Amino acid sequence: MKLKGAEILLQCLQKEGVDTVFGYPGGAVLPIYDALYKSEIRHILSRHEQGAAHAADGYARATGRVGVCIATSGPGATNLVTGIATAYMDSIPLVCFTGQVGTPLIGRDAFQEADITGITLPITKHNYLVEKTEDLARIVKEAFYIARTNRPGPVVVDLPKDVMEKEIDFEYPEEAINIRGYRVVKGYNSNQVITAVDYIQKARRPVIYAGGGVISSNAAEELRELAEKRKIPVTTTLMGMGGFPGNSYLSLGMLGMHGTRYANYAIGECDLLIAIGVRFDDRVTGKIDTFAPHARVIHIDIDAAEIGKNVEVEVPIVGQVKEVLAAINQRLEAIELEELSEWHETIDRWKEEYPLRYGDSSEGRIMPQHVIEEVYSLTQGEAIICTEVGQNQMWAAQYYQYKHPRSFLSSGGLGTMGYGFPAAIGAKIACPELPVIDIAGDGSIQMNIQELGTAVQYRLPIIICILNNHFLGMVRQWQGLFYGGRYSFTDMSHQPDFVKIAEAYGAVGRRIKEASQVREALEEALKVKDRPVVLDFWVEREADVYPMVPPGGSLMNMLGGD
Amino acid sequence: MKKHTLAVTVENRPGVLTRVTTMFRRRGYNIESLAVGATENPAISRITIEVAGDDRIIEQVTKQLYKLVEVIKINDLTDARSVDRELVLIKVKADNSVRAEIVQIVDIFRARIVDIGRDSLIIEVTGDSRKIEAIEDSLRAFGIIEMVRTGKIAMIRGGK
Repeated sequence: MKLKGAEILLQCLQKEGVDTVFGYPGGAVLPIYDALYKSEIRHILSRHEQGAAHAADGYARATGRVGVCIATSGPGATNLVTGIATAYMDSIPLVCFTGQVGTPLIGRDAFQEADITGITLPITKHNYLVEKTEDLARIVKEAFYIARTNRPGPVVVDLPKDVMEKEIDFEYPEEAINIRGYRVVKGYNSNQVITAVDYIQKARRPVIYAGGGVISSNAAEELRELAEKRKIPVTTTLMGMGGFPGNSYLSLGMLGMHGTRYANYAIGECDLLIAIGVRFDDRVTGKIDTFAPHARVIHIDIDAAEIGKNVEVEVPIVGQVKEVLAAINQRLEAIELEELSEWHETIDRWKEEYPLRYGDSSEGRIMPQHVIEEVYSLTQGEAIICTEVGQNQMWAAQYYQYKHPRSFLSSGGLGTMGYGFPAAIGAKIACPELPVIDIAGDGSIQMNIQELGTAVQYRLPIIICILNNHFLGMVRQWQGLFYGGRYSFTDMSHQPDFVKIAEAYGAVGRRIKEASQVREALEEALKVKDRPVVLDFWVEREADVYPMVPPGGSLMNMLGGD
Repeated sequence: MKKHTLAVTVENRPGVLTRVTTMFRRRGYNIESLAVGATENPAISRITIEVAGDDRIIEQVTKQLYKLVEVIKINDLTDARSVDRELVLIKVKADNSVRAEIVQIVDIFRARIVDIGRDSLIIEVTGDSRKIEAIEDSLRAFGIIEMVRTGKIAMIRGGK
């Protein structure tokens, strides 16, 4: 069959099971958009390419499938960069197609030419420049395979305009992928599993430290089984939220800089740390040589390069988290386990003594934590919560109990302000039956507020809760704590009327200044079914996120929340 | 810190060297020397990299290199019984009064004189790092005008 490059591309996408793409047209991708015009693939038009990248990322996080976005050459492609880096840091499978000038023009500084494969080299799992239409199908197939297997990540495929225009005889390459330098990790070292089980059996004060790997490996069930079988307390990273039910008696909530005191104390006192799908990030460990100082460490991860990167471990296990946990569980089945009552008593005492808590407002305003508590109370964990970055993100992690994997979408590694709202668009398109709520700050929401256009166009009932303190709150908090209270350029009092902005776009907007109205406003918002709702909560201006481990400090020395 | 020689087998495609060097730059590892060339298979190139670091750093370098899709195999040739060579050109000041002495040094190191100028000589030396360093030391007294090294290449001995 004779097909143009662009038509081959769409056929390949359908072979990969892609039903939705996020994108923004432009000169170099005209052939692709012409093919999309008559295609069954659903295209969601963002208002900025960064929005398309984050939406594809949100779609991927909510479903576990590969997210797809398209941008034109030059500025279209460079606008994707923050979205690609965000996905890379959090190991999210994306395939990003970028237009490129025609092959005869490459390297000549043509109009809207950018070296996007060069630019994205350190922030992609792999990238391709397709030089011949004949290579296109194989490359697209490889791109999806690389994006979703092993440790997932974004792949960029750069598509010169003439490669998309050219017509060739086409037959889909059905043969299996064979990339010499890329092998999917299969199995695990079973001797290490035996050692791990032995350590688990002998441990008196074990803790599980679970991260994003549990979610990307779809291993929440296996994790729950392991924790419940041995009655091991579980703390999750920001990326691991929802990987273990937050309302379980074994849950310690989040650990690290803004973790709970009891999670961090448990890390400090444990004699066995079972690290699952995590990378010992500095926001988690604090001062690395005081992290889990009394513990032997079992580290399970699909990426061999993560093991031993930041800490030395006793039992390294490279493999799919799901498979390895299943093997450990099976072996534990046959073993007699003693009760860990002393350890549980210690933890219960910490939980009682140091619960997450916050004070009353000093100025009669809404407390931001209260908004999150009400969101939880109304949705009971049966919703997808997206966040921006900063205080809003930490409160959303602390005061909402995530029960399901893929229910908390947040830029953990890169910490991208402006991530949450477009990600919510991707999540809502993937999961229309679930409430999707973006917890935002007044700073972050302004970074991609243009996507209100997208959400209105596609009639997406997303709720945006702006915790509006008229500050870049987290930076202000650090200025207060570590820079003598000099609030340098963090005052955001000069801001637009968010209600009017919402209304101008055709969304619902509402300002809430009274704590007594928070619940009712959320209830009303949850009833809206055909458009986004912007709730502008005016919250306590100088509320801080506590508890807190000062940067570079030990987890045992926390500020606040005592 | 100990120097390690890594033989990295890669796909012979444009941009692969950039991927490898970008990884070193990005993770803060320093390349001491680098040599790239074709192998007996035209689809495969070999990058020989010398990098300084303790065992933990070398392990990380190796793991990070393996994550690159176009990297096929990595051999650490440091402790293996291997042959390594480097080619160096040295331009040295050499007026008539010292020429004989320099020629003697060249003979001792089994190097070669490949160009003779009015006041200088270009000397070609092949050998392992110790030999190269030794001849460099011997010639320094005469005044080295310019020196260029290819970077080390290496191979495991025997049938492997």
